[in-house]
Amino acid sequence: MQVAVVLPGPADFEAWRRTARGLRAAEVPPEQVAWHLAGEGPGLFGGDPPAPARATQFAVPRAFMALAETVIRHNHPERFALLYALLWRVTGDAPTLLDNPAEPLVARARAMASAVRRDAHKMHAFLRFRAVETPDGVRHIAWFEPDHHIERAEAGFFVRRFAQLRWTIVTPRVTLVWDGQTVQAGPGGRKSDLPPEDAMEPLWRAYYVAICNPARLKPGAMRAEMPRKYWRNLPETAEIPRLMAEAPARLRRMAEEAGAAPRHTPQRRPSAHPRANEPPPEA
Amino acid sequence: MEIGRKLEILADAAKYDASCASSGGTRRDSRSGGLGSTTGSGICHAYTPDGRCISLLKILLTNACQFDCAYCVNRASSNTPRARFTVAEVVELTLGFYRRNAIEGLFLSSGIIRSPDYTMEQMVRVARALREDHGFRGYIHLKTIPDAAPELVADAGRHADRLSINVELPLAASLKRLAPEKDAARIEGAMAALGEGIAAARDAARTARRARPPRFAPAGQSTQMIVGADAADDAAILGTATRLYGTHRLKRVYYSAYSPIPHASTMLPPIAPPLVREHRLYQADWLLRFYGFAADEVLAGGADGMLDLAFDPKTAWALKHRAHFPVDPNRAPREVLLRVPGLGVKSVERILAARRHGPIRAGDLARLGVPIGRALPFLVLPDHRPRALEGAHLRAALLPGTAFAQAAAPAQLSLF
Repeated sequence: MQVAVVLPGPADFEAWRRTARGLRAAEVPPEQVAWHLAGEGPGLFGGDPPAPARATQFAVPRAFMALAETVIRHNHPERFALLYALLWRVTGDAPTLLDNPAEPLVARARAMASAVRRDAHKMHAFLRFRAVETPDGVRHIAWFEPDHHIERAEAGFFVRRFAQLRWTIVTPRVTLVWDGQTVQAGPGGRKSDLPPEDAMEPLWRAYYVAICNPARLKPGAMRAEMPRKYWRNLPETAEIPRLMAEAPARLRRMAEEAGAAPRHTPQRRPSAHPRANEPPPEA
Repeated sequence: MEIGRKLEILADAAKYDASCASSGGTRRDSRSGGLGSTTGSGICHAYTPDGRCISLLKILLTNACQFDCAYCVNRASSNTPRARFTVAEVVELTLGFYRRNAIEGLFLSSGIIRSPDYTMEQMVRVARALREDHGFRGYIHLKTIPDAAPELVADAGRHADRLSINVELPLAASLKRLAPEKDAARIEGAMAALGEGIAAARDAARTARRARPPRFAPAGQSTQMIVGADAADDAAILGTATRLYGTHRLKRVYYSAYSPIPHASTMLPPIAPPLVREHRLYQADWLLRFYGFAADEVLAGGADGMLDLAFDPKTAWALKHRAHFPVDPNRAPREVLLRVPGLGVKSVERILAARRHGPIRAGDLARLGVPIGRALPFLVLPDHRPRALEGAHLRAALLPGTAFAQAAAPAQLSLF
């Protein structure tokens, strides 16, 4: 008999855990369960799993819970079924299955978990705030497009880092608002919700240009770590085409200037006036 | 001078320092006040077309300098434009970029002005203002001036996560020739003092009963060597690196391919930077620290004291030591597996875990994260016997055409 389950949210681990627990206790095998999301599923046919005729006792390894909590944030529609299949095995015939990275099911779950972790890491790295004046003071606002369902889980990173600021992170699915006490999660927004560039942004782009060494271009290495899909939301990447285009001319100029006459007043320590050759700090 | 122009000059002047790490150190966050957090592992917030990451705001306090080091864009006799930040300007830029989540913190260095003590003191003032006036919890890396007074260095270590002194060149004789005001012995003396300070603070923190002892650079110290500016071969470079790791317990040695600079000195040839050589040195450095290789073993893969540029140093070593292969991943101990080309620390751990559950077959390797093309010629499995191990074609067959090799390969500019 086929059982259809409907989960309330795409990364609602608690709901998945409760449902999976019920199914497992009722000994419903993985191939008989169809997992759906509210709004996408079979509608009326959804509902709670059948009450177990006899509830089977089972113990879940801690390592499974940690893995499942991450994998559930992956955007692959089969993640719920994959995790239930894994649960079925580790609470059944193969309690040590997770220790074997050569096992296809385990390798797939681990690969999904590392994709989620990578997405989270890129959110920590590539999300940029803009400051905007509001009646309640300065608020920092960012727009980010994650691949996976990591928004709520990663709010904590930004709370720990920017606890004393007031910030808003807008994504296509979720908007997170920090008021200094709690994070409120609301419906998603659009990139146009982002305020225009603030006073720091031109300075940040100038820094990006100045810190790049045109004599050693490795654009492939740059793209490997910062794929193009992130570029449209990063202010500094607008400078990349110009940096690449101007590099040969800058290098040519260096070659021409090499060995030019040295400065006729080299910056030596003058004995009488210690500051004579220093630019003053308040220049 | 407006701040944007200063930033251009003083970031441009800082970019020849390869270090940008924000890792190590203590975990802290701003829930009880202040700004920022450190997670221990560091974050790269952007990448520039030179393939390097931006983790820290890397700038000089000033690029005015009394020293005349031939390899340096900021040397006294260079025609490069000069600028100087105020303490407040550096603080404002650091906090401003940090609040926008563009950086992990600050890496501050400086040209030598007036005296080593004066210069060090100015840099400490920036770090102190960030920590004490603004409660900054992000990462701070300070360049240490070798001849600065010990009290100033202690202050620097109290506020900074990491300190560093650059040895600059792998050979003392080259330093004498190219950087006449610098002295290899004094630089190493200062590194030794940092190493002792870091170890002492760590011990004190471990054994502290009540009051917490003063911090001192909890993320340790690092250094940088310029590659290709002098005649030192890879053996000399790796020899110096090994000695520094061992003697002063450095966290990292950075290798920076000498790259053409504006207003370069005639003492240095305007060559394209030896980027592949730099890459191979990093790989060799990794083998020395994490894979149980000795320096002479790593060098044995190449010839005449130079690493093989065509292959990563482990593959180069394996090609010259084929009698060690094939290795059986179902039986070989960890240290033998670590010597197989293509096997990293993580894939070795997975192999060790998987074989407890049953024999590993060739078809399992991809799931264990093993790059088949590079590793399989050196492995023997129940369903795989390497055929080319004795043949002369193995070297050609292994020549890298992988996506990684292409990504790591520089877009060589045909200027020189």
